[in-house]
Amino acid sequence: MSALEPALVIEGLTVDYRSARTGTATALEPTALTVGAGEVVALVGESGSGKTTLGMAAIGLLAPNALARFDRLELGGTAIRDWTDPLWRSVRGTAVSLVPQDPSVSLNPVRTIGSQATEHLVLHGLARPHEARARLVDLLREVGFDEPERRLGQYPHELSGGQQQRVLLAMAFSSDPKLIVADEPTSGLDVTVQRAVLDRLDLLRAEHGTAILFITHDLGVAVERADRIVVLQNGRIVEEGPALAVATNPQHEYTRSLLAAAPSFASGRLVPSPGTAPAPDAKAPDPAAVLVVDDVRKAFVRGRHVVQALDGVSLAVGRGRTLGIVGESGSGKSTLARVLVGLEHPDSGTVEVHGEPVPRRGARALRAYRDHVQLIYQNPYASLDPRFSVVETIAEPLRNYRSLGRAELRARVDDALDAVALPRALGRRRPHELSGGQRQRVALARGIVLRPDLLVLDEPVSALDVSVQAQILQLLVDLQAEYGLSYAFITHDLAVVRQIADEVAVVARGRVVETGSVEAVFDRPAAAETIRLIEAIPGRRTDAIAI
Amino acid sequence: MLLLRYWGAKLAQSVFVLWAAFTLSFFILYGLPSDPVSLMLSQGGASGNLDPEAIAALNREYGFDRPLVLQYVDHLGAFLRGDFGTSIEQGQPVVDIVGRGIGSTTVLALAGFGVAVALGLALAVVASSTRMRWLRQVLQSLPPLALSLPPFWLGLVLLQLFSFTFHWFPSFGDRAPNTLVLPTLTLAIPVSATIAQVLTKNFLTTWQQPFVQVAQAKGLGRPRLLSRHVLRNAVIPALTMAGITFGHLLAGTVITETVFSRAGLGRVTQQAVTQQDLPVVQFVVVLAAAIFVVVNLLVDGLYPVIDPRIRRRGLVAA
Repeated sequence: MSALEPALVIEGLTVDYRSARTGTATALEPTALTVGAGEVVALVGESGSGKTTLGMAAIGLLAPNALARFDRLELGGTAIRDWTDPLWRSVRGTAVSLVPQDPSVSLNPVRTIGSQATEHLVLHGLARPHEARARLVDLLREVGFDEPERRLGQYPHELSGGQQQRVLLAMAFSSDPKLIVADEPTSGLDVTVQRAVLDRLDLLRAEHGTAILFITHDLGVAVERADRIVVLQNGRIVEEGPALAVATNPQHEYTRSLLAAAPSFASGRLVPSPGTAPAPDAKAPDPAAVLVVDDVRKAFVRGRHVVQALDGVSLAVGRGRTLGIVGESGSGKSTLARVLVGLEHPDSGTVEVHGEPVPRRGARALRAYRDHVQLIYQNPYASLDPRFSVVETIAEPLRNYRSLGRAELRARVDDALDAVALPRALGRRRPHELSGGQRQRVALARGIVLRPDLLVLDEPVSALDVSVQAQILQLLVDLQAEYGLSYAFITHDLAVVRQIADEVAVVARGRVVETGSVEAVFDRPAAAETIRLIEAIPGRRTDAIAI
Repeated sequence: MLLLRYWGAKLAQSVFVLWAAFTLSFFILYGLPSDPVSLMLSQGGASGNLDPEAIAALNREYGFDRPLVLQYVDHLGAFLRGDFGTSIEQGQPVVDIVGRGIGSTTVLALAGFGVAVALGLALAVVASSTRMRWLRQVLQSLPPLALSLPPFWLGLVLLQLFSFTFHWFPSFGDRAPNTLVLPTLTLAIPVSATIAQVLTKNFLTTWQQPFVQVAQAKGLGRPRLLSRHVLRNAVIPALTMAGITFGHLLAGTVITETVFSRAGLGRVTQQAVTQQDLPVVQFVVVLAAAIFVVVNLLVDGLYPVIDPRIRRRGLVAA
């Protein structure tokens, strides 16, 4: 095997998925892909484009219901006959390895880091147990762990998401593979952590000369990190070329739309769609702030440690305005969200809505409070009851808070469906029969059906594809104009804040380190944390090359 | 500190369960219209006319003539002092009667539990790991089938087959070790079906977990995936159920011991119920509750040992 042999050659790959309910669906039309030695190739596309299918086919790990064929498949010079070829087991964990999508579920929770991250080295005879541990310690140091020896004895839940992903990176590189398939390796992580992980990936690649097949929905990240970009749409490669060429001179319509949909640092605040008028029951403009948070503190006891999650947070959201609350994970922003909706009580300080303090206790008072404040979660699939139809989901708050007749209930639900632009015909479906964007629309419809004063949105678009993300953001802006809603928009993504927020508060270590209008904070960031977050925005290279 | 509070709460809960078992069983047994005294006298051979004075005297002796609440207080006090009463039917201390049966039942129950876990686990592992669709479907349809069979019928079929037709095992008795085989199977099969159902589902979901795919991407074959990654994760959620199944097992011994004419707690219970020997029945109820409570405390204590994620919450000194 020469070093110049391509890391991956696939020819004539087709994949169909069999399903009892919907019959057979084509995931990949005949596709060819080559990844040169040490080359980084990004597979870009939205969900359903076939990018993950293609990536997983490269390590022979397609879902059991996949019907797949290929004419030729070579990994680091090893030709593989078919999907059941015993060679797979000897190339996996040696010549090819995987960096998975969601680090929090990708490590075995009941085994230590040391035991699970070295087992393949011993299994494939690449190292004896103590050598394998020594090699892992070196790699853990390379990916930025201090005290790597101590990590060997730890369990996955004792690490943060970013640390887990770095363990998985170290594990992937431990066998010095020819090819690493990285399946959206950072989509579950904070932007600043994302950046750190991607930087580690770059460093390791440079050091070990490993080729990477990088699967991502984020064209910005692809342009920044890859040598070559392959754009997929509906199971077909629609464009392929050097990263810069694809970014600056996209040939295919779809690539152009992906580039346009990506929220970027340069884009300004979205305006309501033409024809959006205030609804008859919209909240009237009001100079007084809807939400005032004053010097809120909250500490948690974790074993022998006390974690000060919120350490004197003060902020305000005006009527019909959007406050972007930005911070990394662990900054306290999720605790803040839970305090805002009364799921968590502050140790000290006050939260007031319309001058009324959030009840500190009393189920009845809290119930009344939640009539005015609703929460939208990051993951709509997890926050919707799988056994409730769309209509039942949206009607539930109405049943709890209003006593309405059947007809009126139905009318209010239909209004909410219309407001979020969901066809009424979808009303009988259950969450698993909806797309990610449709689910988040259902969650939004449920959030606005009571006409709350304030929506607390906890990372509402970070689980969505870019183009869907753009639609949901536009919808939020329209709903705000229509109903006079106020938003507390919690996110790690400054580019999204730029598109939707009027004011922004940057949270770090439980404090607001910077606050002000979006323009002021973005153009003249003062706090170190703000600068770091701005620098971490992926795709700044895309912006630099004005499209 | 947290640890103490956790176990303190668990213990308080257990004591409450025992008290509730005692109280409920007391009021149901002693409050319902029944007449253990005349039942006992009529069994003594004297048929027809019973001496009303003898009945009254016996009722006085056992305290049946006093208000129910007073009887309850007396009984509870006696239980707390460790005095579990005397059998109406046999005139011996309840503890002695139950004590004679408990050894044989413990052996049967433990054997049944062991076989049930082994059978259930084996079935679940094969049903979830095999790539042969037909085999998977056959294996997955076995547990519901086994659950829908009445245990006594299962016992009779096993007897018919293995004792009377093949003469492999004796049909009754409780001395030789091989008398244990058929009762154990009768007891274990329904319980193993429950275990298999829950475990199969856990195994199937665990096989789908991303960390299993990551391990697969490291080149591990299916046997290693199973033993190193799937097994422990799939078994953890089933622990609680194992505690509950133990309760079913106790109930099962009554039927099994009757069918196979074995001495034991089940037989004692069955006899005590037909003879309305209230002190014996009540003691058995409380004893069963106590066993249940202890098994569940054991399960709670076992969790942090096999799941490191629970260890962290400070429930066990790390």
